Amino acid sequence: MKQLMLGNEAVARGLYEAGCRLVSGYPGTPSTEITETVANYPEVYCEWAPNEKVALEAAFGASLAGARAACTMKHVGLNVAADPLFTLSYTGVNGGLVICVADDPGMHSSQNEQDSRHYAIAAKVPMLEPADAAESRDFAMRAFALSEQFDTPVILRMCTRISHSQSLVETGAREETPLRPYVKNPQKYIMAPANAIRRHPVVEARTRALTAFAETCDLNRLEMPGERAKLGIICSGTCYQYVREVFGNSQSQENSVGILKLGLVNPLPETLIRDFAARVDRLVVIEELDPVIETHVRAMGLAVEGKNLFPLEGEFSQNTVRKAFGLPLPPSVAAEPSIPVRPPVMCAGCPHRGMFYVLSRHKVTVIGDIGCYTLGMAQPLQAVDSVLCMGASVSGIHGFNKVGGKETEGKTVAVIGDSTFMHSGMTGLVNISYNASNSTVIILDNSITGMTGHQQNPSTGYNIHGDPATKVDLEVFCHAIGIQRVRVVDPYDLAACEQVLSEELAFEGPSVIISRRPCVLLKYVKPKMPVVIDRESCRGCKKCMKLGCPAIHMEGGRAAVDDTLCVGCGVCSQLCAFGAIREPSGGEQ
Amino acid sequence: METRNIMIVGVGGQGTLLASKLLGYLLCGEGFDVKVSEVHGMSQRGGSVVTYVRWGDCVASPIIDEGEADFVVSFEKLEAARWAPRLREGGLIIVNDRETDPMPVITGAAEYPHGVLDSLRERGVRVDAVDALTLACQAGSAKAVNLVLLGRLSRSFPDIPVEKWMDAIGACVKPRFVDMNKAAFTLGRESGGAEL
Ligand SMILES: Cc1ncc(C[n+]2csc(CCOP(=O)(O)OP(=O)(O)O)c2C)c(N)n1
Repeated sequence: MKQLMLGNEAVARGLYEAGCRLVSGYPGTPSTEITETVANYPEVYCEWAPNEKVALEAAFGASLAGARAACTMKHVGLNVAADPLFTLSYTGVNGGLVICVADDPGMHSSQNEQDSRHYAIAAKVPMLEPADAAESRDFAMRAFALSEQFDTPVILRMCTRISHSQSLVETGAREETPLRPYVKNPQKYIMAPANAIRRHPVVEARTRALTAFAETCDLNRLEMPGERAKLGIICSGTCYQYVREVFGNSQSQENSVGILKLGLVNPLPETLIRDFAARVDRLVVIEELDPVIETHVRAMGLAVEGKNLFPLEGEFSQNTVRKAFGLPLPPSVAAEPSIPVRPPVMCAGCPHRGMFYVLSRHKVTVIGDIGCYTLGMAQPLQAVDSVLCMGASVSGIHGFNKVGGKETEGKTVAVIGDSTFMHSGMTGLVNISYNASNSTVIILDNSITGMTGHQQNPSTGYNIHGDPATKVDLEVFCHAIGIQRVRVVDPYDLAACEQVLSEELAFEGPSVIISRRPCVLLKYVKPKMPVVIDRESCRGCKKCMKLGCPAIHMEGGRAAVDDTLCVGCGVCSQLCAFGAIREPSGGEQ
Repeated sequence: METRNIMIVGVGGQGTLLASKLLGYLLCGEGFDVKVSEVHGMSQRGGSVVTYVRWGDCVASPIIDEGEADFVVSFEKLEAARWAPRLREGGLIIVNDRETDPMPVITGAAEYPHGVLDSLRERGVRVDAVDALTLACQAGSAKAVNLVLLGRLSRSFPDIPVEKWMDAIGACVKPRFVDMNKAAFTLGRESGGAEL
């Protein structure tokens, strides 16, 4: 029976059905549900790794041992995993190895819009790109077969619109694949120069073999209205759906459209493309982000259009296609001119808020990082100065203070979440300790990977299934790498935060402040009764509004609380100079 | 059948995902090809959220573009106005008659445009505003706004008998909340207001 599945769930299904034995991933929108879904299949060992490099290397180990294995990550995760990727291309695999990567055109939840296809080309590995959930399942399975047939890791490229769209999928039973025997083979698996020199030609020969395979394999598909077409479109993934949406029902002799739909986007089938080009009057490549296919086709000497019609930025849609070809757009009402934006905000009761309030009051420079706490950048707190990539806060403050010296040392902090610290903050902290910078690092420990929707990590004490697991002790860890001063503070206690922050900024030498309180959205955190505002005592000074709490607003010049949102954290009541905000003594809601 | 489109819009955390899950289940049961597209992640933290539900003989794009939506079901007035350009000519906005201030309004950086629904009506847009929160509370929970709005929407589907909607609720909602959600659905479906 067919069922509705998210693209990501379908990938998980495909991995499962193909007999995959190990999946290791690091969360990242829009890839996260692949791993979360695999975790529900008891036949597959599944885990959250501390970061993407570890996840890929774990999958490599499982492949070496002869199992089918996969790893999952978002596009920027592949930057972290790039080191093993490039050399895995040389070693090849034993059991099939699939790298699931989800791009985010339009940056719905990402810090950049990089195009993962460049990695497939640069690392010389095949890449598959599905166009809906059914193909997501199929391609995940095909990826294993390709991986073993051509002795190569295979990248399965998803994007937000495929990952997070549900469509109908026909599922099948799991096929157990026996472990391939592990045989010691230094020439293949020890990539020291002497061996790697011999492996490189193997990689090039493999790409030639894969190119020949691409010419005839059914992963690539030609859809022609007849012998010839006026317009020929080369596309893959979600762009194929926009093309079908616009041209699907409008085939006529005068205005006919042929489509070359690529499922294998690296390497490209040159003969197939040449034959297609010869059968169409006008050749256009439609691809989100970079002109990867277009550049290749042009280098083949063919007349082709693409980025002269389509943007390099953002996510496409059917109207993007209509506009590019000068087709009429469906009529619509104009947007209202003055609609305020509705950006995401820290939740009511978010433990990050108290610390950010204190930071904004101290007017310190905050070298930030990625997570829910990035929202500390927004009005009214505006307490963050930079956000680059995961881990860059801790490494960055070190360089900032090394050149800033006395000018910056007492006035700058790095902030980093618990999951991000485990991912890539640890190594930066070792650098602070080893190369001795006078830096203050605040670990915002909310005991969960919040931003991506609550995944466990090595510092939470639970594994992907929610079962108890070894918990990295952050204080002991910091001490072990040579940080003498480690302070723990409750971010709901503003006075304590003030004091600890002042002391650590004043201290000469590296120090860590652990701002510790679990995320309010965690099931075991019971909300307290909402605060009560005494409208008589409130003077309307708006000091409580400086917190940017979504549960507080002004009503007739006085502060008011939204009881459906307030969880009684009490941070606002500590701010009120007139005692107008009271925490009821009633305990839990 | 040509592809038809429902957009569900609201504020992160309001229960838009249950509404789209239920519609997906219902329309699959009717034998249609269906695509449901959501955006997860960052936008869930109180930001503006949107879900696309498309069905027909063969659905291609997962997105509903400007001028394409048959229905915009909105959990909040400002969001209805934000997404109104997605409505096709003659389409219908079903909106919870409530205002939730976004952060720029809370901090005073922007003002909430109070007359948005009237302004849409003046421009010829069909708007069915319903006090879904009050009806949801009547049914037993403020969280059932989504089912009130679906009840309202169901009035525009004369071909789908009410039992099918009830089956979908039974299949998509946790057992102990089924009765309350059915009550909310019925209140939305049967309460007075614009006859459509
Ligand atoms: C290399 C990389 N991998 C994954 C992500 C996605 N991502 C963004 S923030 C984050 C973790 C946030 O967790 P934490 O540091 O605990 O902070 P919280 O959101 O809980 O405040 C992840 C996984 C990313 N941006 N970059």
